[in-house]
Amino acid sequence: MNILCAGINHHSAAVDIREKFAVATHELEGVLGRIRTIDGLAGAVIVSTCNRVEFYAASVCPIRVMDGLREYLNERTENTGSLLYTHVSPRSVRHLFRVASGLDSMVIGETEILGQLKQAYAAATECGATTRHLNKLFQHAFRVAKQVRSETRITRGSTSVGSVAVDLAEKIFGDLSGRKVMILGAGETSERTARSLVSRGVRTVIVANRTFERAAQLAGEIGGLAVHFDHWHKTFDEVDILICSTAAPHPVVTREKLEPLLRSRDGRPLFIIDLAVPRDVEAAVDDLENVYLYDIDSLEQIVRQSLEVRQAEVARCEQMIDRHVGSFVSWMRTHIDHCT
Amino acid sequence: MDALPLVGATFCFLLSFGYTVLVLAGGRFRLGAANMVAMAGGFLLLSLSLWQRGRVEGSCPINSLFDVLVFMSWAIVLISLLVGPPYRLSLMGAFTSPLVLSILLFAQLAPIGRSAAVRVVRDPYIEFHASLSLIAYGAFALAGIAGLMYLVQDRQLKRRKGGVLLFNLPPITDLGIANARLLWLGFGLLTVSFAAGFLSGMPVNTLKFWTSAAIWGIYGAMLVLRKVHSLPPRRTAALSVGVFVFVLCTLPAIQHLSAPQ
Repeated sequence: MNILCAGINHHSAAVDIREKFAVATHELEGVLGRIRTIDGLAGAVIVSTCNRVEFYAASVCPIRVMDGLREYLNERTENTGSLLYTHVSPRSVRHLFRVASGLDSMVIGETEILGQLKQAYAAATECGATTRHLNKLFQHAFRVAKQVRSETRITRGSTSVGSVAVDLAEKIFGDLSGRKVMILGAGETSERTARSLVSRGVRTVIVANRTFERAAQLAGEIGGLAVHFDHWHKTFDEVDILICSTAAPHPVVTREKLEPLLRSRDGRPLFIIDLAVPRDVEAAVDDLENVYLYDIDSLEQIVRQSLEVRQAEVARCEQMIDRHVGSFVSWMRTHIDHCT
Repeated sequence: MDALPLVGATFCFLLSFGYTVLVLAGGRFRLGAANMVAMAGGFLLLSLSLWQRGRVEGSCPINSLFDVLVFMSWAIVLISLLVGPPYRLSLMGAFTSPLVLSILLFAQLAPIGRSAAVRVVRDPYIEFHASLSLIAYGAFALAGIAGLMYLVQDRQLKRRKGGVLLFNLPPITDLGIANARLLWLGFGLLTVSFAAGFLSGMPVNTLKFWTSAAIWGIYGAMLVLRKVHSLPPRRTAALSVGVFVFVLCTLPAIQHLSAPQ
């Protein structure tokens, strides 16, 4: 028995090609039914995400099945089937283990792909399209992914400015529920960051913008309060996190302005996220006790660090995966199904 | 044979410390069950050692500097086991085991008095006062550890460089809260212990009295100032480290002045 894999992903094809291959959830049963008619194919699982469309199949006649699969995909995707990469076991097994572990993802170590693989496998099982070998393969892949994630640092750190800001907020305040956020300047990045914070339990968001209508609009969208830009300091008392991204050419938040506001805070920490260029917050603000100031450069540096840590872990992950491929291939050798 | 439980306890804390170093060097920051087992094992062996020593001395085993150091180590581990898990202060064990290991190694290797001076008159108030004082110092030690963790986390956050230590230490707000609560616990215990000391009516050496009063007064002042928000968490953390170092330094003198003549 062989495990075959045919597909395209973000490494091999641009999005305009990938979208032609994509298999929507409602099409899945039909497509699985169609490819199961390919002569020699015993079972199949289809993985279709925004970054990859892959067909995993079990067969004792790999060449015949691969030709059949290409023929079907050419029909479906206007003769772009030649763009497919194809792997036969053990390379196909290794490929699936790498995909499940997040090593083949656009952001190395991301964990969403594992959930997507589980969904794809569950859908194929529901359609009765899996076989003993595919069941064993996918169960093994899920185990490998779990082990790689728990025993290496492949998922370490955050990989976007928004998620780094949220992680830092949690390292300052612990639980974010009940915390208050103020946005100074309703830019796109500050909005995304505020939304990430709200998703982690932040209670109140106050939006101050030069254009009050824009502040009111954003406040309405995320369930916050809008205040006039010139009055931001009047509602500052209970704010825990300040996100700045105005287009002002000079600092809006200065040490001189902030120091008196901090006196009434009873030693509560203040986390300032300055996403503006030029910066909205005077550098001297960072010298204040209990104030933690991060500008866009420092947030991006942490993102880069996380990616470097993950990149450095790839070799360890590959070694683990190689061991698992070996053990799976040994299992396959002892469980041979013959061509009928 | 009598020394075996103490040697075993020291070995447990050495294991805990070695395991911590290995885990941290490997880039993992979850100490997990192995560290907890080593700490708990060390605690049980320390308890056994104190029980043996208590039987020999016929009183609470705090009659020599050696006894005092072992008893204080026991109190530090007890409070760390009680406080660490509920406050989810991961890594507190990583900071506690080297401190306890150092105290135990010092007690066993340094040329300090081991023979217990046996009291002619046994007064339960005095024993209660002395043992509770040492448990209070254990709480202050843990407050110092939480304070040290606070300062490390503050530095990590101020450096703005990220890094694994930043993302694996507990949130700085939680560390500040733990630091203050441990100070309150230590202060409460010390106050009760001093009250018991007064009730015993024992004669007190003037130097010992004023040193103890100074320690009590400093911790009390820190807590009052913290309560009225005049002492920010960072300074409270720094002071709790500094004052505990002072307590450790004065401990041999206080023990010497407290020893039954």
